[in-house]
Amino acid sequence: MVWKDLKTVIPLRRTCKEASALMVAREDRALSWPDRMALRLHLLACKACPRFERQMLSMQNSMKQWRNYTAPD
Amino acid sequence: MPSFEQQVADLRDYLLKFARLQLRNEAWAEDAVSEVTLAALAKPQSFENRSQLKTWLVGILKHKVVDALRLHGREVSQTDSSEDNNEDPLDYLGFKADGHFVDPPADWGNPEQQTCSRQFFEVLEVCANQLPAVQGRLFLMREWLELSSEEICKELGLTSTNLYVQLHRARLRLRACLELNWYGKTSKP
Repeated sequence: MVWKDLKTVIPLRRTCKEASALMVAREDRALSWPDRMALRLHLLACKACPRFERQMLSMQNSMKQWRNYTAPD
Repeated sequence: MPSFEQQVADLRDYLLKFARLQLRNEAWAEDAVSEVTLAALAKPQSFENRSQLKTWLVGILKHKVVDALRLHGREVSQTDSSEDNNEDPLDYLGFKADGHFVDPPADWGNPEQQTCSRQFFEVLEVCANQLPAVQGRLFLMREWLELSSEEICKELGLTSTNLYVQLHRARLRLRACLELNWYGKTSKP
């Protein structure tokens, strides 16, 4: 399918608010294919949302460190 | 060198911290930790250091905690009406009516390079503990017990929609709490 057709079949525009909701949701569930595509496109075009993506990655990373941490006495 | 019994007893508070955080119920937490102690004493082992003993005990605790969650299934995920407000948790991030950020999200630094300190973990635990009980339990089931969403739904007889709503709220609340109490204080504008 060529790109022009795809756009008419699946609306791929997301606002920052919608993109953020998807970035939170994907921590716990697999996103649908159109959502994944739309999010990827949004992240390429947007300046603010990649920062939120990095915040979510930071949280992932810190939860992982927390799980594996045994406090020294 | 203290006896094995004594070493296990000394770690009671350490174990209780996790049990309380995950179960959010004092009696359940006490029971789970007592069961860990019994199980450990029934199978005494020697460890090279205290940190290995801790890891072993936390491993047993995770099993006991899953048993408790299963046992109290309905209660675990039943939302208190006071917890279930109608505010949109995305509002914590600050959006304009057109869906754009009011202010772009702050720079928290490079996620790959951050090494968390003990102080950070203390803030993280306080923030997790401030989540409403149901949200806190479900969040910890994902992040501490490392259960999949499917496993959580199965264990608790919860619909996936309900689970996702609670986890979504939990994650956004926790993010806001960390920003307020940690990242906001250390990151440069």
